[in-house]
Amino acid sequence: MAERNIYLPYLMRIAKITDEAPAVKTFRLEFINPEEAANFEFHTGQFGMYTAFGEGESTFCIASSPTRKGYIECTFRAVGRVTSALATKEEGDVIGFRGPCGNLFPLEQWRGRNLLFIAGGIALPPLRSVIWNCLDQRDWFEKITVVYGARSVADLVYKHELQDWEARPDIDLVVTVDPGGETADWKGKVGFVPHVVEQLAPPSENTVAIVCGPPVMIRFTLPLLEKLGFTPDSVYTTLENRMKCGHGKCGRCNTGTSFICKDGPVYTLAQLRELPAEY
Amino acid sequence: MTTILKISAESLEALFAALGDSGRRILGPTETDGRVDLGEVQTPAQVADAHLQLTLSAKEAVFPRVERLLSYKTMPGKVELNDAEPDIQPTVLFGLRPCEASGFGSLDSVFNWDSRDKFFNARVEQMTVVGLSCTQADDACFCTSVGGGPGSTKGSDLLLTPLADGHYLVEILTAKGEEIQALAPHLFQPAVNEDKEALLAKLEPHFDREALTAKLPGLFTSELWAEQSLRCVGCGACAFVCPTCACFDIQEEADTKEGQRLRCWDSCGLRQFTLHASGHNPRSAQAERWRQRIYHKFSYFPQRFGEAMCVGCGKCTRACPVDMNLKEHLTQACGT
Repeated sequence: MAERNIYLPYLMRIAKITDEAPAVKTFRLEFINPEEAANFEFHTGQFGMYTAFGEGESTFCIASSPTRKGYIECTFRAVGRVTSALATKEEGDVIGFRGPCGNLFPLEQWRGRNLLFIAGGIALPPLRSVIWNCLDQRDWFEKITVVYGARSVADLVYKHELQDWEARPDIDLVVTVDPGGETADWKGKVGFVPHVVEQLAPPSENTVAIVCGPPVMIRFTLPLLEKLGFTPDSVYTTLENRMKCGHGKCGRCNTGTSFICKDGPVYTLAQLRELPAEY
Repeated sequence: MTTILKISAESLEALFAALGDSGRRILGPTETDGRVDLGEVQTPAQVADAHLQLTLSAKEAVFPRVERLLSYKTMPGKVELNDAEPDIQPTVLFGLRPCEASGFGSLDSVFNWDSRDKFFNARVEQMTVVGLSCTQADDACFCTSVGGGPGSTKGSDLLLTPLADGHYLVEILTAKGEEIQALAPHLFQPAVNEDKEALLAKLEPHFDREALTAKLPGLFTSELWAEQSLRCVGCGACAFVCPTCACFDIQEEADTKEGQRLRCWDSCGLRQFTLHASGHNPRSAQAERWRQRIYHKFSYFPQRFGEAMCVGCGKCTRACPVDMNLKEHLTQACGT
């Protein structure tokens, strides 16, 4: 009996491309093979390997929610060889997707609690999947707050969705840009994400914080959350080391006893403290 | 249950012929210009005499340096994707040292601990390992410090131990080993009162692996790793010769019309291994990469799989261009 090739990607057609920010795009991807589409399942927090045929694979999150069936979305910045090649693709083109990989955000455990999302820059996409998922099961949770910051107004991703969230009464959205990144008609906040969180001083009682952003944002935000009374097991983040296989074999994402691609990418602050800071 | 028999040098030659007749390819250590590599052999005479170790390792029999994972053709609006099937044939690996043979177990843990790697498994399925006990060891060897030994049967389907009278003691260890014996049962003789231990190389343990594993978590921030790796040039040779190092890269080889995806050996000692597209590198210093090598093999891997990811063959020490000595470095860590 021949075994399945775990390195073989699904073929996906790009159904829609959205320009989010300079060099940042969102692809909506649909399975070419209807059988694969019917059998595909994932959980929020999981990620995949995206192929630009001719160039290779690159790793990033699934930015859409499992509650929205029939497609997945990914948002990426054109930085390296593969993402630059992906950025040249057009609607209708075929790319590869391998996944889902990794663990998940434990929404079941969060039932009945407040959710505080804190995201910086290009790190909103992984949290957007969770936010969508939670909004689609809104009655599971109490208050939902989202703090999102980017370097400049232009660098904010999902601009239309931010407007939708702004308009919803059941989600509190705070958007900020770094000082100097504002435009003349900017109505949101100006300031770095940790400062904005400090001003906001969200209560920690019965609240889960989900944090994702550049290392500098994480470094200043985590101590702040602890000061606000968040315990290390109520703070979640998602890591993204360099990866190749997605199956805990190639060794690249190995951090301490953990393979980020298998045991992660979702970790609580308590779990992170058990790992060497090699991420 | 292990069956213990004996085979003469002449009968071994006849066994090689029987193996060939059965459609099996025989790979054994062959010597060219001082290098010992796994090469195809038809007779025992072609096998390198008294070799201590392969220069590289036997892992390439199941985990080749470069292996195709898939191929594809690209057309406007369409991609034709093709699965890859490894090109394999029934193979006998003859004369592997016990350390090499036991390395396959570590590789199996990596390639099958969660999802199964069909390329590795297809090769293992077609492979029979005929081990050869060590009657000599050199200064780089430390198998007895990591749970192995010069006559260890681990990983072998059939183990030969040279006897003083020119015969070999034969331990038949697995069903695959029995298949080999069944090809020509008349070539084997009963073995009576052979003292295998007395024939083996003598190698005292230098350190206690379990004590090392217990100690490493407390040494993570020690200066030791920087001191030891000060002279490391980050060439990756230690990983390439290692029978258990399984880290790999996946690379694309393509033009505008077609391409293939290849798996290639890689090493945690190389800077690019963990380098992010952003320029951030979680292990940016060679000391951190050396520490990762030690910790992966002697701390993280044992915690997950219960044994070290090291067979004590000493190949890394022999291959190192700047004379880093794993046995000594580990002994030093134990004493720190």
